[in-house]
Amino acid sequence: MSTSNFTRRGVLKSGAIAGAGVALPTIFTASSAAAYMNEPTGSTVTFGFNVPQTGAYADEGADELRAYELAVEHLNGGGDAGMMNTFSSKALKGNGILGKKVEFVTGDTQTKSDAARASAKSMIEKDGAVMITGGSSSGVAIAVQGLCQEAGVIFMAGLTHSNDTTGKDKKANGFRHFFNGYMSAAALAPVLKNLYGTDRNAYHLTADYTWGWTQEESIAAATEAMGWNTVNKVRTPLASTDFSSYIAPVLNSGADVLVLNHYGGNMVNSLTNAVQFGLRDKVVNGKNFEIVVPLYSRLMAKGAGENVKGIHGSTNWHWSLTDEGSKAFVKSFGEKYGFPPSQAAHTVYCQTMLYADAAERAGTFNPCGIAEALEGFEFDGLGNGPTLYRADDHQCFKDVLVVRGKENPTSEFDLLEVVEVTPRGQVEYAPDHPMFAGGNLGTCNAG
Amino acid sequence: MDAIILQILNGLDKGSAYALIALGLTLIFGTLGVVNFAHGALFMIGAFCAVTLKKLLTLSYFVEDPTKTDFLGKPLKVATPYVQSWFGESAGAAMIDWAVPLAILFSIPVMIGIGFIMERGLIKHFYKRPHADQILVTFGLAIVLQELIKTFYGANPIPTPAPEVFRGSFDFGVMLGFDPNAIIYPYWRMVYFAFSAVIIGAVFAFLQFTTFGMVVRAGMADRETVGLLGINIDKRFTIMFGIAAAVAGMAGVMYAPINSPNYHMGMDFLVLSFVVVVVGGMGSLPGAVLAGFMLGILEAFASMNQIKAIIPGIDQIIIYLVAIIIILTRPRGLMGKKGVMEE
Amino acid sequence: MLGLNKKDTLLFWIVAGMALLAPFLLNPFPEGSSLAQMFNAGYPDLMQRFVIFGILVIGFNILFGLTGYLSFGHAAFLGIGSYSAVWMFKLVGMNVIPAILLAMIVSGIFALLIGYVSLRRSGIYFSILTLAIAQMCYNMAYSVLGNPASNFNLTNGETGLQLSLDDARVLGESVTADGALPVTNFFGLAMRSSYQMDVGGWLFTFNVGYYLSAIIMLISFYVSIRIFRSPFGMMLRAVKSNQQRMNYTGLNTRPYILAAFVISGIYAGLAGGLLSSMDPLAGAERMHWTASGEIVIMAILGGVGTLIGPVLGAGFNEYFKNILSKINDQVLHDWLAFMPDGIENAMVGFLHYFVGKGWHLTLGIMFMLVIIFLPGGLVEGGQRIANKFGRKKNSDETKQTPAE
Repeated sequence: MSTSNFTRRGVLKSGAIAGAGVALPTIFTASSAAAYMNEPTGSTVTFGFNVPQTGAYADEGADELRAYELAVEHLNGGGDAGMMNTFSSKALKGNGILGKKVEFVTGDTQTKSDAARASAKSMIEKDGAVMITGGSSSGVAIAVQGLCQEAGVIFMAGLTHSNDTTGKDKKANGFRHFFNGYMSAAALAPVLKNLYGTDRNAYHLTADYTWGWTQEESIAAATEAMGWNTVNKVRTPLASTDFSSYIAPVLNSGADVLVLNHYGGNMVNSLTNAVQFGLRDKVVNGKNFEIVVPLYSRLMAKGAGENVKGIHGSTNWHWSLTDEGSKAFVKSFGEKYGFPPSQAAHTVYCQTMLYADAAERAGTFNPCGIAEALEGFEFDGLGNGPTLYRADDHQCFKDVLVVRGKENPTSEFDLLEVVEVTPRGQVEYAPDHPMFAGGNLGTCNAG
Repeated sequence: MDAIILQILNGLDKGSAYALIALGLTLIFGTLGVVNFAHGALFMIGAFCAVTLKKLLTLSYFVEDPTKTDFLGKPLKVATPYVQSWFGESAGAAMIDWAVPLAILFSIPVMIGIGFIMERGLIKHFYKRPHADQILVTFGLAIVLQELIKTFYGANPIPTPAPEVFRGSFDFGVMLGFDPNAIIYPYWRMVYFAFSAVIIGAVFAFLQFTTFGMVVRAGMADRETVGLLGINIDKRFTIMFGIAAAVAGMAGVMYAPINSPNYHMGMDFLVLSFVVVVVGGMGSLPGAVLAGFMLGILEAFASMNQIKAIIPGIDQIIIYLVAIIIILTRPRGLMGKKGVMEE
Repeated sequence: MLGLNKKDTLLFWIVAGMALLAPFLLNPFPEGSSLAQMFNAGYPDLMQRFVIFGILVIGFNILFGLTGYLSFGHAAFLGIGSYSAVWMFKLVGMNVIPAILLAMIVSGIFALLIGYVSLRRSGIYFSILTLAIAQMCYNMAYSVLGNPASNFNLTNGETGLQLSLDDARVLGESVTADGALPVTNFFGLAMRSSYQMDVGGWLFTFNVGYYLSAIIMLISFYVSIRIFRSPFGMMLRAVKSNQQRMNYTGLNTRPYILAAFVISGIYAGLAGGLLSSMDPLAGAERMHWTASGEIVIMAILGGVGTLIGPVLGAGFNEYFKNILSKINDQVLHDWLAFMPDGIENAMVGFLHYFVGKGWHLTLGIMFMLVIIFLPGGLVEGGQRIANKFGRKKNSDETKQTPAE
């Protein structure tokens, strides 16, 4: 048996051979010689970009991939360096990470927990990825986060909005930059109060799965706290395409606000149906009927077309922000691809930068070192104002945007306008908040 | 009471979509004896006919407007559709507004063409193969068709609204003596219901009252004998395949304003429409229509809050539950024929 | 040997040889080369999938291949088996054997109930009954039975049922000494531990979980050969060729078909239990009708009613699914780097539509081609090749292909 170490995992392999015939029973690909899982030993380091490439969220996944490619280009010193120039931490120098060139592999989550885990496993086992990132749904994020914890690599979550990702399913190896249901509710409630008053009856239509439930809980709690009454909470099957039979009962329920806890295709269809049924022209209890979509994205707004006009919701980031970080990102993304980035693209770009920066500061790719560098990390210049990666639950705390569907869009991307930037202080919560209770971060696992 | 009337309307509306797709499926099955898993894809392609026509009508030239800027701070390029410059602004705008109804005319030749190509190019070779092979090859075709659409149009739904005059809703309740706003129903959904009633009626009339239809019905009953009479039944069946494709396509065009079309909408309908066909009874056209409306109405009722309070989650399984009960109590569905697809 | 005739013994040893040497066969390209990144399949996760889905389709073939009853809801048993196994890990302990046994028992019970109901009808009515029942299972698992807020959270909905640090695990530890989740094991031998061998530029991985699955697959394969060659198998074939005639002879065929249905349900449960043992997360998508459809596709791709067909079909499907979805433009550029720049870019631009996000398209085209030109599946393809090279002996079912 030769022991030439030309490959990424050369050292691991020869170590395993020296360690005799039986492998160690605790790790994926075994070895006592490597300090941690998939330690990069050559001149490159490999990231795994695990995004939905097929299924309903494929366009969102494609946008995430574009942002990843941009981030890798910037990390390796190409392009105009984007948000690396505005990022408050200056550890990154544009020569890769710790002198190693960044490479990547891609996979398809299909927005299915099973498939996403299989794809992530193949990146870890076959390609030697030291970090997995991406995704467009909370179920997938939680499933892959669990896998990365067991395997001993870092997971930088993509678009995942459920409270559970950094609540009851939080993991020491997982980190989330995106905001969550609680923050949406905390940001939206004061705006809704100003717009619609405190005497309102809300009717919830909720997609019947993990994310829908936590968002419904958050929004109902926040609106009830300011005096609204919740008339009804109705669960709709995820597979529904026609929501008419759920919308029709709203007409005579006495409700004057409809909250749509839907995302993606569900949201596009339920909002379209609600507008078809004339809900927005209705007057109930002497007040105009209103619709609220707590989690917005530009791609969804595009799918719903004219129906989004004047409808309020929240979003993690929007390209029309005018701070230096956002402008730099929109410029480099827009010049490369010809259209502005989505919030999913922004969050995954940030996640890649944050990981790279943490590795650079920690001086290692060891997940425990990275985790230490990210925990309690305060930064700025990535588009959301001063931001904290909280150590207790690995959730980012930053400003949240309340947006509204634009009345007179000037282009096909100009669909949302920012109504208010809710400051970070207003959306913060205690780590042991009941909506996030029950989880256990555990200890970091280096494989 | 008003809630029940509303759900009956919803049920009729859902049912008309199911019935239209199931009708086409049964036509193909009854005439050609082929289980066509690509039928949902035909429905989807129909919806994308509407999207395509709208795209064609809004093909635009760009003029830079120095007073406005785009997201990169460069002068904004303002788009003007060619049809507006050719036919005048208001006429052009009206054409774009009426894109969906116009797409019906556009879709008929397209869908018949696709139907002919499918039948002559692929399905013809599968008449003598086992049903499982037919299912599989058409399922493969469905995947290929929807992936092609995805390559061109992306995975995101594409808004395709109805003409301005049909947006908004109609107050039924006042007509029936209820309070205003008690029962209101969108215009376009009523149009959809009326449209499908016309199509279903036309298909039945065509089969019932034309010589062509008579021969086809005879062929459905006994293909061999009709062939022995010297009638080229194959050619007629090919035409029937084209008609079935056109029915699915028109159902798709009209459905586009109800829910923004996306590339996998065909698959979403496929399983449901199969359940509808089987519940109706294999090979029975009236059965398919009846089962479509019945399941649509039951589905609408199952999603009422009062019923969900008694049996949680019933709205998720109602169609399957009803299908199981019917197939177990009536061996060949509602109106199925003996010996069809029973081995 | 072991009650097999000479031909079957040979077939069994070929499959055994392929399964045991898979780490070599599936890694034909040296580590680090661009071909390796694209085509090598010798990593634990995919190897495990090959044999586990092999078990699943072998079981499906006992029902469909012998009796002709086309179940369109077979994925339900896979899901039920997976959930049972994960519950065993959560409540009892991390040894895989009890989990797999429970998975087989529970899915067997479900198969008995579902089979008893569905087999009252035949043909497409049977298919739709199984489809409807499986879709009901899927919808319930996704929502009503999976709500963490309720006291009756059997499946954990969209996320899938997974282990957590506060599970009971009465026969084991809830948390390991260093604060991690315990791993699934076979009497102490962890499923995910591997031994790696480095030969020249090649890297071969021998994974415990894979070998356990492979051995179980070989046992399943052996059982399936015995069933095919037994009087019971003859009876099932008779049902397929003419059930009516069987009934006229005064024989009640339904118990035989029900037995076949339950056996194939147990096979699916076994596969589900193994999937959970390799990776303790059970997602509801496993029960979706497209998953059932995939089982049918694998069976027909390989060759229905043949012994080795199911294994080939499962391997073919899993291989291309995993490999195609991971190829991106970067990989294509590396791979085609030998071409002149202009041609290279054009080729990448063209192939772009068939890999990565386009893998469904490629797979769909491949399915169609196989079904159109090889009605007997890959087995028939092998036979044709064999015949072409002048081997007079009709070597059906003994074909050898590289992608197992």
